[in-house]
Amino acid sequence: MAATADTVRHVQEFTSRAYKHGFVTDICMDMAPKGLDESTIHFISNKKEEPDWLLEKRLEALNYWRLMKEPIWAKVSYPPIDYNDLYYYAAPSHKPKLNSLKEVPPELLLTYDKLGIPLKEQELLAGVVAVDAVFDSVSVATTYKKELEKHGIVFCSISEAVQNHSELTKRYLGSVVPAMDNFFACLNSAVFTDGSFVYIPKGVRCPIELSTYFRINAQNTGQFERTLIIADEGSYVSYLEGCTAPQRDENQLHAAVVELIALDNAEIKYSTVQNWYPGDENGNGGIYNFVTKRGVCRGKCAKISWTQVETGSAITWKYPSCILQGDGSVGEFYSVAITNNLQQADTGTKMIHLGKGTKSTIVSKGISAGHSNNTYRGLVRVGKRADLARNFTQCDSLLIGDKCGAHTVPYIESKNPSSRIEHEASASKISDDQLFYCRSRGLAAEDAVGLIVNGFCKEVMKELPMEFAVEAQKLIAISLEGSVG
Amino acid sequence: MPSNKKYLLPSNAQKNSEPGWLSSLFRKAVEEIEGSVMQDMVFAEAWRFTNLNAFKALEPIAANSTAILSCPKVFAELNALELHISNGILTWIDAVPEYIDLFDFADRRITPTWVIEAFGSTINTKMHPFTAINTTAFSGGVAMRIRKGAVMKKPIILLVDTQANGKIVAVNPRVLVVLEEDAVADLIEIHTGSGVYINNVVTELVIGKNSHISHYKLQAEDTDAFHIAMNAARCAANSIYDNFALSTGAKLSRNEISATLAGSHINYSINGSYLACSDQHMETVTFIDHVEPACVSHELYKGVLANHAQGVFQGKILVRKNAQQTKGYQMNRALLLSKEVEINSKPELEIYADDVTCSHGATVGELDEEQIFYLMARGISKKRARAIMVSAYVEETINYIHNLLIRDVFRVVANNWMQQNIVDTQAIDGS
Repeated sequence: MAATADTVRHVQEFTSRAYKHGFVTDICMDMAPKGLDESTIHFISNKKEEPDWLLEKRLEALNYWRLMKEPIWAKVSYPPIDYNDLYYYAAPSHKPKLNSLKEVPPELLLTYDKLGIPLKEQELLAGVVAVDAVFDSVSVATTYKKELEKHGIVFCSISEAVQNHSELTKRYLGSVVPAMDNFFACLNSAVFTDGSFVYIPKGVRCPIELSTYFRINAQNTGQFERTLIIADEGSYVSYLEGCTAPQRDENQLHAAVVELIALDNAEIKYSTVQNWYPGDENGNGGIYNFVTKRGVCRGKCAKISWTQVETGSAITWKYPSCILQGDGSVGEFYSVAITNNLQQADTGTKMIHLGKGTKSTIVSKGISAGHSNNTYRGLVRVGKRADLARNFTQCDSLLIGDKCGAHTVPYIESKNPSSRIEHEASASKISDDQLFYCRSRGLAAEDAVGLIVNGFCKEVMKELPMEFAVEAQKLIAISLEGSVG
Repeated sequence: MPSNKKYLLPSNAQKNSEPGWLSSLFRKAVEEIEGSVMQDMVFAEAWRFTNLNAFKALEPIAANSTAILSCPKVFAELNALELHISNGILTWIDAVPEYIDLFDFADRRITPTWVIEAFGSTINTKMHPFTAINTTAFSGGVAMRIRKGAVMKKPIILLVDTQANGKIVAVNPRVLVVLEEDAVADLIEIHTGSGVYINNVVTELVIGKNSHISHYKLQAEDTDAFHIAMNAARCAANSIYDNFALSTGAKLSRNEISATLAGSHINYSINGSYLACSDQHMETVTFIDHVEPACVSHELYKGVLANHAQGVFQGKILVRKNAQQTKGYQMNRALLLSKEVEINSKPELEIYADDVTCSHGATVGELDEEQIFYLMARGISKKRARAIMVSAYVEETINYIHNLLIRDVFRVVANNWMQQNIVDTQAIDGS
């Protein structure tokens, strides 16, 4: 079939297309010595002038991590990582603390400008996004702080939060993802360098979208950021996260931890556009994205919603989860994962229903092209107490080309008869009928495929906040529409 | 025929007399499953929902006596050809037509070539510790060949019965079915018994080109028994394989059905129901390996769980690179009738070909109160209404039995279970 041949050709064309964010920023870096032991932890802790309780936590995590084994159950394969051959701390050696954007080094601003995050303009234009930018290991700039302070909202880097909001950080840090949770979370707990902290006070609806942009710049560095978001009773926040990294031949490690806490009637909407460098067409380089993201609906009728567009990373190992503890709480997971070339993605979610009347929705769209493997792995667990729990799961896979793989591994575990769980999944290619239908209406084959792929993802894309949807759509345009039509 | 392989039966006669020989095999298998967590995920993942502790406590011995069996009454009307396996040994063969070859595995004479060629060809024992035990320790069973072009008019009933007689025994019956080209057959496998025992049965089917086999299984073991079954098939091009399984017995059962679709245009269908009450643990594991293009697989499994029962469904469809134009459908539904039940379901797709239509679904829930209300408004008691709903629910899978007579028999068995466990008891909360 001609259209199929076209598709294959376009996939091949795309493989030669360059990664847009692959540039390196030449900036003076302050680095910790290579390797991981107690002295690294002390180094990081000293740099950040951290209180003793946190240092103790880090050391405890390190000791535990040494006993843990790297998980092997995911459907990804990569050569063993030498954890002693990494830099665990890299920071622009400019002024460590910045009070306004004027103090941000211009090279950095240029970097973010290239990425399409106009930090400077934020202050001038009536923008709607407050940005915290994390460059390698440290947060370099946070915009819109003053505006947020008026509402009592705390939006700062986690290192600042440890200093200024110790009661909150002490109470909540590690309460959702404990250090012992898994191998990568444990590593992160020991060496995390920075990240964002958000606290929304009772009854406050955050007027603007909060956003963090992560960038790995330096060579041989691991990025270990930590995000903690606390939404107090009746509050609302929408948080956006974006990631990029330069094009390098070596693999780089990214092991982040994100913790969300929603109290009574609070709502957290967490959106990610992940576009780490995916490696080249031969699978050289690229980011290993081993991330633990988990939210807990502590209070009644709380809601946590994860939306992710995953296009980058050589390997993605990521399962944003919701623990629905409060009665009537709601968890949502919307995901588009696109893999091309030799990318491997093993991603999905966990919905743990503990409270009565809890509800969850999972919509996952996986698109595989090239030689990639794309796995949805999800868990829906209903506990004994969770009367009338409801879950609906839909995961669809689209295969482009006959050298890729699409896999679905859902786990459904229920201990409550009044719960209702529905799961459906499908895997298919773009059907010739669909193409024919579009083409008979005058669309070129390329446009038709683009239209169908867009329609395939639409359910998820519409969940993204406006500001992000534009970017995400562009990304999909680059990663996929280019490849298929 | 290799000269060093005169007969397949391992010479266990001496070992059999050694105390603890068999139980050490089981212990080793359990250790292998549990201990392999780090080196090899396959076992640990495949067995993650089964609590193997119950096995560890058992010290089974080999059964050394047989009994005269008679087929359960409901099956008598089928007027089938009967083969009986008592305590792992083939004890009865009806007169069979000339187009069927039979071989008793306990036979110490030279094993026919067709048995040697087919034996063990459908399954890799390294991946299945319990199948490996069977292969090492089987003391009897039957191999049958239905010759090219034969169309069987009567179904074959294979009755496998185990009597523990107050001890804890383990039996490892082995069944091999070879269906040659263009042959058509119906096979009914029935598992019964009494006492505490492990029935570790392996059934292999080698299905020839253009042939058609309908394979039905009733697992009605004693509720103190353990039933570990491997049903492995290898299908050739253009063949049709219909599998139906109904499970009502055993304390712990694991019914594993695996098939390699090794030719194109195969129509493969596996359907069934598991009906569990009291503290039964029932597990169904299915694996469909689409190797060649243009095959269709269909799968519908429904579970009914009452009292403290645990149900597990693990289904996997693998579509290999070459298997273009595959159509795969898999559905697992579970009906939870009591607050204490537990269901674990893992429907899995692994796809490496792009021109495929694969879908799977799973639902878990209780009976719809509105539908019960509808029936009650027509003068039907709540208990009865629930039983009607449950039997209608199971009926969908039974309808996949093509042979109407056999369909009726399985319906009667399912309804009897319903009568005993749903209507006459307090299995359902609030009834």
